[in-house]
Amino acid sequence: MKARAFSYFRAGTIDEALAAHADAGDDARFIAGGQSLVPALALRLQAPRILIDINHIDELRSVRREGEWLRLGALTRHCEMLTEPLVAEFAPLLRAAAPFVAHPAIRNRGTLGGSVALADPASEFPAMVLALDAEIEIAGPSGRRCVKASDFFIDLFETALAPGELLVAIRVPLFRSNQRIAFDELARRRGDYALVGCGMIATLDRDRIADISIALFSVGNVPTRARSVEAVLVGSSLDAGRIAAAQAALSADLAPADSDDVPAAMRVHLARVLLGRLLGRLGEVR
Amino acid sequence: MTAPLTSLDRPNSYIGRSVPRPNAKRLLAGRGRYVTDLRLPRMLHAAFLRSPHAHARIAGIDVEAARALAGVHLVATGADLARICTPWTGTLDHFKGMISEPQLPLPLDRVVWAGQAVVAVVAESRAIAEDALELIAVDYEELPAVVDLDAARAPDAPLVNPAASSNICFRAQLDSGGVDHAFAAAAHVIEEEFSFGRHTPVTLEPRAMVADYEPDSGMLTVHHATQTPYQFQDLYSRHYGIPEARVRVIAPDIGGSFGMKLHVYHEDMAVVGLSILLGRPVKYVADRIESFVSDIHARDHQVKARMAVDAQGKILAMDVHDATAIGAFSTYPRTSVVEGNQVIRLIGAPYDFKSYRATLEVVFQNKVQTSQYRAVGHPIACAVTERMVDLAAARVGVDPLAMRAGNVIPDDAYPTASPTGYRFEALSHEVCLRRLREIMSYDGLRAEQSELRQRGIYRGIGIATFVEITNPSPAFYGVGGARISSQDGATISLTPSGEVRCAISVTEQGQGTEAIVGQIVADQLGVAQEHVRVLTGDTEVTPHGGATWACRGAGIGGEAALQTARRLKANILEVAGLILQEQPGALDIVDGQVVSVANGQVRLPVAEIARIAYFRSDTLPPGTQAQLTVSHHFAPQGYPFAFTNGVQGCYLEVDIDTGFVKLLKHYVVEDCGRIINPMLVDEQLRGGVVQGLGAALFEECRYGETGQLLNGSLADYLVPMAMEMPDIIIDHVETPTADTILGAKGCGEAGTAAASACVLNAVNDALTPFGASVNAIPITPARVLKSLDRY
Ligand SMILES: Cc1cc2nc3c(=O)[nH]c(=O)nc-3n(C[C@H](O)[C@H](O)[C@H](O)COP(=O)(O)OP(=O)(O)OC[C@H]3O[C@@H](n4cnc5c(N)ncnc54)[C@H](O)[C@@H]3O)c2cc1C
Repeated sequence: MKARAFSYFRAGTIDEALAAHADAGDDARFIAGGQSLVPALALRLQAPRILIDINHIDELRSVRREGEWLRLGALTRHCEMLTEPLVAEFAPLLRAAAPFVAHPAIRNRGTLGGSVALADPASEFPAMVLALDAEIEIAGPSGRRCVKASDFFIDLFETALAPGELLVAIRVPLFRSNQRIAFDELARRRGDYALVGCGMIATLDRDRIADISIALFSVGNVPTRARSVEAVLVGSSLDAGRIAAAQAALSADLAPADSDDVPAAMRVHLARVLLGRLLGRLGEVR
Repeated sequence: MTAPLTSLDRPNSYIGRSVPRPNAKRLLAGRGRYVTDLRLPRMLHAAFLRSPHAHARIAGIDVEAARALAGVHLVATGADLARICTPWTGTLDHFKGMISEPQLPLPLDRVVWAGQAVVAVVAESRAIAEDALELIAVDYEELPAVVDLDAARAPDAPLVNPAASSNICFRAQLDSGGVDHAFAAAAHVIEEEFSFGRHTPVTLEPRAMVADYEPDSGMLTVHHATQTPYQFQDLYSRHYGIPEARVRVIAPDIGGSFGMKLHVYHEDMAVVGLSILLGRPVKYVADRIESFVSDIHARDHQVKARMAVDAQGKILAMDVHDATAIGAFSTYPRTSVVEGNQVIRLIGAPYDFKSYRATLEVVFQNKVQTSQYRAVGHPIACAVTERMVDLAAARVGVDPLAMRAGNVIPDDAYPTASPTGYRFEALSHEVCLRRLREIMSYDGLRAEQSELRQRGIYRGIGIATFVEITNPSPAFYGVGGARISSQDGATISLTPSGEVRCAISVTEQGQGTEAIVGQIVADQLGVAQEHVRVLTGDTEVTPHGGATWACRGAGIGGEAALQTARRLKANILEVAGLILQEQPGALDIVDGQVVSVANGQVRLPVAEIARIAYFRSDTLPPGTQAQLTVSHHFAPQGYPFAFTNGVQGCYLEVDIDTGFVKLLKHYVVEDCGRIINPMLVDEQLRGGVVQGLGAALFEECRYGETGQLLNGSLADYLVPMAMEMPDIIIDHVETPTADTILGAKGCGEAGTAAASACVLNAVNDALTPFGASVNAIPITPARVLKSLDRY
C-alpha cells in the first residue's frame, strides 16, 4: 500500500496552480486536505505524475460575508465549520452537518472545496451545498466562472469541474430569521459515511412552509434534491398527515441501487423514516 | 473504623493487587518497538502479487519485466520456494479422518482464494517492490469457485481440492444416548436455525516479520510479530532444514494477536525462504488490505438446534448439527476444525441435562482459511445454547433468569461432567446468576422495559451463561501430533546486586503477561516488584514453552513462575542459613530482607547474599555452591482443562423503524479462579466483551458471488468503536483450581464467549411485542428490519 512515485509542487497562487496543472498535461491532482486523495494514492487507485499543493494559496482560505452571501473559501476545513461564528450565524445547516463528517483528525485537514470537488454521493457537504442553492466559484485556464449547485453534480464523482479547473469558493445565501433547518443521518457508527442522510432548510410564513429545500445523500450516484417532497410541503403546515404525504412522495425522488449490504428498498425505507423524523423536528422548532 | 487486614496487607503481596502494567507507559509514550520499527543493515522489503480470482489455474507467470526493474533483488514464484521449503499439511491425528491439501509458501499451479499470494518481489523499498508487482503478468485460467457453505455441500459442487472426492474436510459425532427418547417424552420441543457470519481479528498491528538468514553461520533469526515464538522456531527449522539451535525467533512488542498470530501464513513462510535465497534480512509487513484477505478469518457456522424441555422448564436434551466452512485449506499447525469441534462440545455445557447428540461437518470453500480466534467456538456454542434457553423459557412461560437458575449445574454438584464429556472441577453458575441479578437490578430493568414499551420504546434484556476452556493440557494439540507445548518454563536469577530477573516462555501482546509474572515472582520471593525484571519472547533467552494461546498465560505460565520462584527462594535461604548459621526453615524473605520467621527480625539483605555468593564464595563453607539461578517447568496435570464460568447481561434499545441497535449497558460476572491482578482481568473482560459486541452487531466479511471479499478495508468492515460501546460493569466470583498452587484459570476469552449471545437474546427480547425474531449474527439493521417486515 505505497503510492507510486510522484512529484510535488507547492502553488502560491491560483494562477501558479492552474499553470502547473496545464504543464503536466493534466496528469496532475490538486491536493487540499488529502483525506480522500492520499488513501487513493496509497491504494494506487490514482497515480498522477504530480501533486499540486493548494494549501498555501491565501485566496482559497477565508470565510466572509459578501452582500447577501456567505463566501467560504475552498480551503475552509471541516473543523472550521464547527468553530467559525459566521458559519453558525449565516450557514447553520453546514454547521449542523459538520459533526457528522468523519472524525476530528480528518476534520482538521479535510476541506469544503475538496469534499465538494470530489462529490462523493455519501458525503454531507455536497448535499448541503445543494440544499442551500449555493453557487460554486471556479477558476480555470480560460478564466473564472460560477456554477449553481443544481448544475454542479453530474454523476458519480463527476462534476461541472473540467480537468485542470480549481474550485475557489462556495457561496451560500445568508440564513434568515424566518428560516429553520434540520439535519441528521443514519450511520452504523459515529463518523461513518451514512446509510442515508438528509438536510433541509425551510422558510416559514407564520406556521406554514413558504419554501423548503431538502437534499439527501447516500441515496444514489449524486446528492439528491427531494423535489416531489418539497412540492407536497410548500404552502402547508407540518401536521402528521402532511408529513406522511411527504414520506410517500419520496419514492418519486429516489432510485438507489442495491448494494451488497443495503438493498434498495431498505434504503428508501430508511430515507423515509429519516425524512419523517426531520420534518417532525422542523415542526417542533418555532 | 479501618477495614480488617487481609493477606494483601502483607509486604510484597502482589497476588490479587491491581498493579499497573510496567510496559504500559512506554507503549503509551510511543516508545514501543514493534517489528515494523526494526531497520537492519542491508535489509530488503518484500511485497506479494495476489490472485484476483477465487479459483484458477496458473497457466504461466511472466516476471521478466519485474526482475529488470531497478532496485529489485529477487522475484520468486512457488517453484523457486518449493525447492527449499518442504510442504505442510494442516491435519492432526486426533481428528480422525480429517483431510487437507499440502501447502507451500506460494502456489505452483493453482490459486484457491482471491487474495492468495502468488509471486513475491524483494526490493530496496516496499514502494519499489509494489512497482514491480505491476509489471508481473500471470496467465490465469479461471475455475469454478465454491463460495458459500451450501454450495460447498451440494452434490455436484466443484471441488476445492481436485484430488479429494468431496469438499468435506472433517466430520464428527457425539451421542450420549437417550436423545430420541427424551425428545419423544418432552412437553416442549424447541427448534431454531442459526447462522454466524465470518469475521476476522483486525489486530491494531498487522502481521509483520523480518527474516534474517546469515549464510556463513547458517543462522536464521526471525523477528516476528507472533504470540508463539517456540512453535515457529520449530516450524522454520523443520521446513527449511535448519537445525533448531540455529533458529532464533524474537517476538518484540506486539500490537495484539487474539489467536491470529499463531498460524502459519504463506507469506510468512515465504519471507523466511526469500531471506535464505538472498542471504539478507527481508522485511514484510502486511498492509490492512492484505490483512483482510490473508489473516485468518473465524466463525462462519450454520447450526440447527433442537431442545427438549419438560412442562416445568427443565432441560432434558439437545440435538444439534453444526456445519462450518473453513476456506481452501485447514490451517497449519493447529487445523481449522478446532472451532467446530469446540462448538459441538460446548453447547449446553452450563446446564444439567444428560442427553446430547451433535454432528459436525467441516467443509472446504474458495476463501481464505478460518482458524482459531479469541474464544474459539465459544461464541457460537453460547449463542445457540442461550437462545434456545430463552426460546424454551418463553414457551414454558418462565422468566429467562429463573429458567437459567433452574437449569444450571448446581454449585454443590462438583466435580461433574458435561453431557459431552468435559470434566468440571468446580464452577459457580448459581452464585454468578445471583450476582448478575443484583448488579443489573434485573427486576428494575424489567419494570423500566415494560413501562417504556407503552411509549413505543423497545428495549431488550439478554442473559447468557457460559463456560470457558482454559489451561489446556496436551489433550488439546500434543496428542494430535502437533509440536505445540502445553507446558511453560521459567528461569529466575538473583542478580549480583540482589535484583531478580525472570525469563519465561509465556509472551506479552499487550495483555499484561509480564506484569502478572512480575507480581507472582515478587510475591513469592518477598521482594518489591520494581526489582523484578521479566523477559519474554526470545527463543534464545527464554525456556521453551507454549507461550500465548487458548487461555494459559496466568494459569500455566503463572504457575511455572510461582514454582520457580519458590525454588529460588529455597536456594537463597539455604545460603542465608549458612551465612547466619541458622536453619533455612527458620528464615524468610520480606521486602528484600532475610528475616527470622519467629520474630520478624531483619537479619540480612538479600543483596548481601548475592554479593557474597557471586564475589566472596571463599567466605562460604567449603563445598557450598550457591544456586542463584533456577529453571523450572510446569505442565498441567489433573484435569485436562481448567474450566471457568460466568454470566453476562445486556441492556439495549432497538429502533424498530431503522433496525439500529443501541447498546445501553453490559454486565459481566465472571469466575476465573485466583485473580492475580483485578485491573488486568477487568481489562481482559472488557476487551473481550467489545470484540464479542463487534461480532454481534458489526463485523462480517461479506463476499460476492465470485468469491471476492467485498468489504476488505476498515472503511467497509466495521469494527466496534468507542462511541457505540456501552459501559461494562464487572463483578467477580473466585473459585481457584486445586490443580495448581496458584489456583488461577484463564480469563482472556470469557468476554468474547458470551457477549454476542447476550445481544442476540436482548434484541429478540426487544422484538417480542412484534412476534419478530433474528437468528443471524451479525445483527445488522437490514436483518432487524427484515424480521419486522419493514421493507
Ligand atoms: C476515515 C475517513 C472517514 C471519512 N468520513 C467522511 C464522512 O463521513 N463524510 C464525508 O463527507 N467525508 C468523509 N471523509 C472524507 C473527507 O471529508 C475528505 O477530506 C473530503 O472528502 C475531501 O477533502 P480534502 O480536502 O481532504 O480533499 P483531497 O483529498 O485533498 O482531494 C480530494 C479530491 O478533490 C480534488 N480537490 C481538492 N480540492 C480541490 C479544489 N479546491 N479544486 C478542485 N479540486 C480539488 C483533489 O484533486 C482530489 O481529487 C472521510 C475520510 C476519511 C479518511
